[in-house]
Amino acid sequence: MIDFSHLKPDFPVLQRRVHGKPLVFLDSAASSQKPAQVLDVMDTVYRTSYANVHRGAYLLSEESTTAYEEARGKVARFVNAGSRSEVVFTRGATTALNTVAFGWGMDHLQAGDRILLTMMEHHANIVPWQLVARRTGAELAYLPMTGDYRLDLDRLPEYLDDRVKIFSFTGMSNVTGTMPPVAELARTARAAGALVVVDAAQLVTHAPVDVQKLEADAIVFSGHKMLGPTGIGALWARPSLLEAMEPFEGGGEMISDVRLDGSTWAPVPHKFEAGTPPIVEAIGLGAAADYLEKTGMEEVRRHGRELTGYALGRLAELPAVRVFGPADLDRRGGVISFTLGNIHAHDVATILDQEGVSVRAGHHCAKPLTRALGVPATVRASFQVYNTEEDVDALLAGLRKVQEVFHVD
Amino acid sequence: MSIEELYRDVILDHNRNPRNRGTLEHPDAHAEGINPLCGDELQLDLRLDGDRIVAVAILGQGCSISQSSASMMSQAIKGKTLDEVGDLISTFKAMMDIETDPARAGLDPDRPGALLGDLEALQGVRKFPVRIKCANLAWTTLAEALQGRR
Repeated sequence: MIDFSHLKPDFPVLQRRVHGKPLVFLDSAASSQKPAQVLDVMDTVYRTSYANVHRGAYLLSEESTTAYEEARGKVARFVNAGSRSEVVFTRGATTALNTVAFGWGMDHLQAGDRILLTMMEHHANIVPWQLVARRTGAELAYLPMTGDYRLDLDRLPEYLDDRVKIFSFTGMSNVTGTMPPVAELARTARAAGALVVVDAAQLVTHAPVDVQKLEADAIVFSGHKMLGPTGIGALWARPSLLEAMEPFEGGGEMISDVRLDGSTWAPVPHKFEAGTPPIVEAIGLGAAADYLEKTGMEEVRRHGRELTGYALGRLAELPAVRVFGPADLDRRGGVISFTLGNIHAHDVATILDQEGVSVRAGHHCAKPLTRALGVPATVRASFQVYNTEEDVDALLAGLRKVQEVFHVD
Repeated sequence: MSIEELYRDVILDHNRNPRNRGTLEHPDAHAEGINPLCGDELQLDLRLDGDRIVAVAILGQGCSISQSSASMMSQAIKGKTLDEVGDLISTFKAMMDIETDPARAGLDPDRPGALLGDLEALQGVRKFPVRIKCANLAWTTLAEALQGRR
């Protein structure tokens, strides 16, 4: 197995103990921990060169502006964007999706049009489209899932009729870990005349993402799931789409000129960045992209694949465990949802926490999907670069403890 | 603080065999409770004779804390007058209120659930703040059902 054990010491929080036990953090799909390399960069900016960006004619502002724009360049390189102006900083994947949904949808959708989503989406890739559908009269459709937790590609042509103006889907499910064949889906949808948006919030930190190969029109992701800070994320889009979109928010910095009877916008990407941006968070995201790039996203994918295989093997030791996700490691990443007999996911999570193991329990902000799985809630263990086989072993020991407390096996 | 303090046998028993499970036809009071974060769900039917609760039926799904709390509640309120149930709701909420000193609510600081019979078993939930809303769900739903009746 690929050895990432040297990375763990980079993450200060992983040194701590919870309830007297060493912390085993298995909830990175909700939000990842941060390496010192990110924390230090952010701290240094605040201590040495902080000022607002794109405003002041003085040294500190110049330094801040340079660092902020360099961070954009790092994020652009991380997803292999054609240029840094194709990357818009947003508050996170959610805001990025709302930016596309409202910025494009409000002017390009009308009654009779369709927005195609899938049964696997996070609420962030459902609710903005519902809001826009309600205002424009467009309808929503959802590509179904197969019995083995994949998107039903056979039915895609049937769903991609000429009413579909936009297809927005996840690059990696935050519940089942499923990684759909993004490029294949994107190619088919674009050939059918639909705009393609990929929610890459999970994908971007589990596998290499190259927007030149994904064939999508836009992708969105959050900083905090990829070792960066909260409050920052990105929208990458083809320049033609960014030009065609109206700003989702108005305010300072996004304008070219403001007159009493109307305004003109700043060039992309700035026309989408109203107000003072999360400057230091953006710089932190740049440092996180550097960290992942230095680690190597091919290696990150291999590590996640191997660790997922190990975890699925160990979970199979417990007959009461039922995993909701593909068995094929080529089609999935390191997010594993499961149930343990009839024991409710919250009870499992509380007892695991007492053993030092942090997992998520619930519907994972994907209620239509958990409803389709036929369970009220699942336990979810998810991996990051800092997780090891020992963490999986601690999870297994914890699950045995849960069964002991509930007097079942 | 051990995990066994939370998962007392009486809680596990009520979770496995929930009492007064089901629905009532034409209930005198009804409410549905949901915990949007966890997805715990509960529906509660009450039958009254004058100001006395004579039948309780609960359907729900959720964690052992939410379901056992509902089951124990159903036993505790059956046969009680609305005034008595009102007091019980206040005492239970006071037991679960970790912001307020139990003594100020007139409860024994060492055993804030002493007045509650079996329900005292849920006292351990106080030490697991994220689970308090699970224990409270049935009681919030009950208060809503009674309020809706008035």
